[in-house]
Amino acid sequence: MNVRFDQPLGESQPDNPSRREALKMGGLVVAFLWLGGGAKVLGRAAAQGPVAAGDSAFAPNAFIRVGTDGAVHLVMPSIEMGQGAYSGQATLLAEEMDLGLDQVVVEHAPANRKLYANPLLGDQATGGSTTIRFCWTTLRQAGAAARALLVGAAAAKWKVDPAQCTVARGVIRHETSGRSMGYGEVANAAAQLPVPEKVQEKDAAQFALIGKPLRRVDTAGKVDGSLQFSIDLRVPDMKVATVKACPTFGGKLVAVDDSRARQVPGFVAVLKIDNAVAAVGEHFWAAKQALDALDITWDHGPNAQYSTEQLFKDLAEASKHGTPIPGKAVGNVDGVKGKALEATYQLPLLAHATMEPQNAIVHVRPDGCDIWTGTQVPARCVDVAAKLTGLKPESIVVHNQYMGGGFGRRLFEDPVEQAVAFARQVSYPLKMVWTREEDIAHDRYRPAYYDRIAATLGDDGKPVAWTHRITSGSVLATFAPGAMGKNGMDSDAIECAADVPYEFPNMKVEWVRHDMPEGVHLGWWRGVGPVHNVFVVESFMDELAHAAGKDPLDYRREQLQKNPRALGVLNLAAEKAGWGKGSLPARVGRGVAVAAPFGSYLCVIVEAEVSPQGEVKLRRAVAAVDCGIAVNPNTVAAQVQGGLIFGWTAALYNGITIKHGAVEQHNFNDYRMMRINETPALEVHLVDSKEAPGGIGETGTVMAFPALFNALFAATGVRLRSYPIDRAALVQGPDALKAVITQATDRAAAAKEGMA
Amino acid sequence: MATMLTINGEQKSFDAPADMPLLWVLRDILGMTGTKYGCGIAQCGACTVHVEGRPVRSCVLPVGALNGRSITTIEGVAASPAGAKVQKAWLDLEVIQCGYCQSGQIMSAAALLAATPEPSDAEIDVAMSGNICRCGTYVRIREAIRQVATGQKVAPQTLPNEAPNQAAATGQVLSFVRVEGVA
Repeated sequence: MNVRFDQPLGESQPDNPSRREALKMGGLVVAFLWLGGGAKVLGRAAAQGPVAAGDSAFAPNAFIRVGTDGAVHLVMPSIEMGQGAYSGQATLLAEEMDLGLDQVVVEHAPANRKLYANPLLGDQATGGSTTIRFCWTTLRQAGAAARALLVGAAAAKWKVDPAQCTVARGVIRHETSGRSMGYGEVANAAAQLPVPEKVQEKDAAQFALIGKPLRRVDTAGKVDGSLQFSIDLRVPDMKVATVKACPTFGGKLVAVDDSRARQVPGFVAVLKIDNAVAAVGEHFWAAKQALDALDITWDHGPNAQYSTEQLFKDLAEASKHGTPIPGKAVGNVDGVKGKALEATYQLPLLAHATMEPQNAIVHVRPDGCDIWTGTQVPARCVDVAAKLTGLKPESIVVHNQYMGGGFGRRLFEDPVEQAVAFARQVSYPLKMVWTREEDIAHDRYRPAYYDRIAATLGDDGKPVAWTHRITSGSVLATFAPGAMGKNGMDSDAIECAADVPYEFPNMKVEWVRHDMPEGVHLGWWRGVGPVHNVFVVESFMDELAHAAGKDPLDYRREQLQKNPRALGVLNLAAEKAGWGKGSLPARVGRGVAVAAPFGSYLCVIVEAEVSPQGEVKLRRAVAAVDCGIAVNPNTVAAQVQGGLIFGWTAALYNGITIKHGAVEQHNFNDYRMMRINETPALEVHLVDSKEAPGGIGETGTVMAFPALFNALFAATGVRLRSYPIDRAALVQGPDALKAVITQATDRAAAAKEGMA
Repeated sequence: MATMLTINGEQKSFDAPADMPLLWVLRDILGMTGTKYGCGIAQCGACTVHVEGRPVRSCVLPVGALNGRSITTIEGVAASPAGAKVQKAWLDLEVIQCGYCQSGQIMSAAALLAATPEPSDAEIDVAMSGNICRCGTYVRIREAIRQVATGQKVAPQTLPNEAPNQAAATGQVLSFVRVEGVA
């Protein structure tokens, strides 16, 4: 493929592969393409300026800086929040530049949409499992162009054919004459050459880095505490604030009595905004003590009586009486004859609970503003700061940082907005750190969903009609209103519901929009639309298999005959898990789920045990993954392992509930996380594939729910259609507890006898 | 009131309220930010440090109760054999994702291995169950501790970035499974 570096990708070339791939990949990505956004792999002139990388003699595009000393700095368009994005992006650039990963220095990109927007998301944003899909072509092109220029400069100096030169670890060689030169030595000369119009990327057979389990670029500083997150930064003269916003959504601050807070050693100030108060101290502990000593009066506002019960009542009502927007229609589902089944699924609001609580350091001055934070949307942080301070966007600098988890939370800049609102009241740099309690109480929650799903089975047990009506709020409508469909459709709401891996002759998928009350904010959560839809679709497929009297894995296999990649992972997982082989103890069951989220194909099999009292234990899990070319297989496996645990955590324990308009959960004591002792043996098997890379960061989370719930059904015969898991519904029977007590009594008696 | 502590072998003297948790002394007074704040109520383990070699949650430990004690933090754990081995295994098995909880994980693991050089899986789970990882790195934490304990490679290792192999296996399933048969 040929690329002109002075044209934006995705706009001038409507048929370029990355766009074509993206279009195949479903809702969220397609939605954002409607915005027409696009990262420009800009020429030299436009690229200079935003990054100060010291000596950067050679800067052919926005991503690469080579100094005369040979130092190579790579600027990362997608941020690092643990998913391995920096290592993946650096691998793509280093691969084409023939460098070792140890030879490059990675840098956070500055806020700059023109240079660093992700065309799949229409903004400078990291999310939707898009990084490698977005960078696969863009960064390899950028790297290949840089290499061509550097080699071209050396060849010109030597007066030889560039094609006769080779590069290894940043050293250019001309074998016939035995000459060699480092990248640094030709950086100045390469900078004088015109950026080539045509660059050839490597063939897969030539990959030296891609596909290897290379060590991540960011981990060395994470084993000795030296790598700093934004919460760790200290800037001269800064003070530390911690915040309490009105616990009731949409409520306001009325009055604060700070007389007790002023007695706290290290107290500095109390700052107020419309709906929150900040206590400022010389250090966090002083700020926290002062905050706890404030007597605050709130106006609880219009949501003071809002509750989870009301939320689900409203959703159910909207599902029945609202206006459905068509998402997919195949054939005609009405009047199809056969065995009819239907079910209702209800999914809760969820918090992100990143390990690093929300924080930012903001210094507002008359002439500008500096923001140190870890954000998935740096340019949006500039937008809100400009809006609040009245400063020009050019005078606002976002110093992005490594993130202690993102999971979608840091796609929302509300904490930065709040920090700016406080910081503009003071002259010193203000470091705002939320407590865990504040983090749980003021998240952008994964939407709650109410799904009605129905199917009709033919004589052979296969679905001949499939109807799925989803009812929920819309994240997309607030995050990127321009990406909503002309008919009002939110493509994220139906992603992986409208595009299931099976073929149904008659199918209807629709969405009813039900907005949350003012002040209750929804957000992207790891797995986005698919994390909801795959749970419902794959749970219901399991219901259909059992209704048809078939093995749930065989049932899926029958219906995946035209989908070789889905079939491939299904068969691989079945083989590795030993599906159908051996016998399992009582109340132990295996569940399977298969899906194709984010352009990848996964099948997960979970083996779970349910105690007579309804306690759930995951015994073993097997994941088979076909994500196309794995840029780093070790990272792919890590994302699937971690993604599964993220999903199981929510399945086992999570659900944000609201009472009197406020979140009822506070901290990890009542918003529990899965722990190591609950983690099953977990295998990940990657299919060797030559397909273009699919997304991976969210896939495990998507698969976790249905595989586990199907296992619980296999173990107990109880179908759960909501979470967190209702242990009471899984209790074996009224005699279960009695049996345990009898056994315990017997054991105690035996022990007593033994002692006597 | 001046408090004296030995931190990573160095004498430190500072003024702090007696009820100030050690976590905030480390982070905000001494500028040692490797120890993390995650919950403030001893539920997540991100703030784990060693006091006299034992793992404790520094977010609930008033510094006034520690006068004269010896503290080890993530910045100094490499000085102990167990700590250095844990850090190496963490990198070899690519345990880390976001890394925010990993200071605490490494401190808990180093304390476990110093006290129990060959822990069983059950002992690993007990010792590490106080440390939450939101990225879900538990599988690899377990493997990395086993790798230190056994001295054998128990799972796929990262390749050194300095000299990547030229040959990559093709046409085969690449499995991330704990190697069986390693004690």
